[in-house]
Amino acid sequence: MSDVEEAITRAHHEEWVRVVAALTRRFGDLDIAEEAAAEAFATAVERWPADGVPPNPGAWLTTTANRKAIDRIRRESKRDDKHKEAQTVYDDDPPEPPGAIDDERLRLIFTCCHPALAMETRVALTLRMVGGLTVPEIARAFLAAESAIGQRITRAKAKIKAARIPYRVPAAEDLPARVTGVLAVLYLVFNEGYLATGPDTDPVRHDLTAEAIRLTRLIRTLLPQDGEVAGLLALMLLTEARRTARVSAGGELVAFNEQDRGAWDAALIAEGHRLVRERLAAAAAGVAPGRYQILAAINAVHTSALDVRDTDWSQVLALYDQLVRLDPSPIIALNRAIAVAELDGPQVALAIVDRLADALAGYHAYHATRADLLRRLGRSQQSRAAYDRAIELAGNTGETAYLTRRRDQLP
Amino acid sequence: MRYLVSVIDDKSNPGSTDRRPAISAFNERLIAEGYWVFAGGLASPDTATVIDNRGEQAVFSDGPFVESKEYLAGVWVWEAPDLDVALKLAAEASKVCDRKVEVRPFQ
Repeated sequence: MSDVEEAITRAHHEEWVRVVAALTRRFGDLDIAEEAAAEAFATAVERWPADGVPPNPGAWLTTTANRKAIDRIRRESKRDDKHKEAQTVYDDDPPEPPGAIDDERLRLIFTCCHPALAMETRVALTLRMVGGLTVPEIARAFLAAESAIGQRITRAKAKIKAARIPYRVPAAEDLPARVTGVLAVLYLVFNEGYLATGPDTDPVRHDLTAEAIRLTRLIRTLLPQDGEVAGLLALMLLTEARRTARVSAGGELVAFNEQDRGAWDAALIAEGHRLVRERLAAAAAGVAPGRYQILAAINAVHTSALDVRDTDWSQVLALYDQLVRLDPSPIIALNRAIAVAELDGPQVALAIVDRLADALAGYHAYHATRADLLRRLGRSQQSRAAYDRAIELAGNTGETAYLTRRRDQLP
Repeated sequence: MRYLVSVIDDKSNPGSTDRRPAISAFNERLIAEGYWVFAGGLASPDTATVIDNRGEQAVFSDGPFVESKEYLAGVWVWEAPDLDVALKLAAEASKVCDRKVEVRPFQ
């Protein structure tokens, strides 16, 4: 990649959200902000190779985008004969004082993750407006048609405008619930990357996990005091650290206890552990941890063991017990049963798992967990049936390959 | 910004019938805080008449324009600065009337 291309890529990563946020603030319209930001970056691609990279790319992009937005408003107001009305929209805003920009990025994130929008819409809108992904990129990531994603984003922008979804950081009393909503969007993006679905998809979509981590880091710089933000970031880092060890050369998913721990990313693990320690200190001071912090702590226990046999399962189980009290969902109970199997044996764990049959009959991991417990109990025939069901339901190519091999190895 | 707040009842699982005093108190508050524009409860959908005068002459038909399990039981019109304010009030309204509510902006 040439220096200029690199500068453009870096500016896109660093400046896209600032430009969109600043323009949304100034013009009060997401649609104008998005289009003008995209045009400004397109102009940079055209001009920078010949003119050189400007000394302050962010300022150049913001100025260019502002000009594009004003051009568009002028064009539209001439057409609609509302010239005066539009002029007041763009002329009355004083330049933002330095530092206020951070609030603008947060405003944008909270608007894109507003609870009045459907979850899929929040994901698409956040990736477009905050992440700067193009519509074709988002469509590819979620195996959706470009037209469907484009329409979803267009409708969301129209709803935000028509229903007057405010462009602001929620009041302190609403903040925890709204931050939870933002984190749910980011966790969904991450998980889709980490266990990608679809028959022709790579088992792990690094573009999505990286984007989720990048956005969570951004939220962390904006809300450094929030424990759940730190927890989610730690959880993502400790998960991402195992990414390369998680898929074999043949594209098969490698089970956690069979991974080459030497291949884990030590830097990501160290950073994740640092965050978990920070949250443990807060918990010791009396701040009750939320679910992401507990999940991160569980991952910290796993990644602390140099060998799978050194895993402190009683610590893992204690954390799951804590998590079940916060979130009594059957999926958490299923994961807890895996720790129970290590401590009390597969028989005890199977009894717990069987009680989840009604809730999780359509969930591949339920059948995969049962299959593994039945295998360990020597009940091959039942294990095979459970593997069959898990393979049928699994949407991830690497996981299907793994489950098929395990099934075929049954005596 | 004006919002239409529709109160939705369910024929097979209706909300409780003793909500009137609580709704009155809520309305008083909406008026005092400047959100209230209009409110009204509706008679049952069976009492509706549909009129279609797009053709040669007006046609009257008995009953609501759409038969459904869920139906509109009443409406509010609120004046609120933005959707967050309207949604917060709507969450209270749902509790107060023991029914679902829908918030929709006027154009």
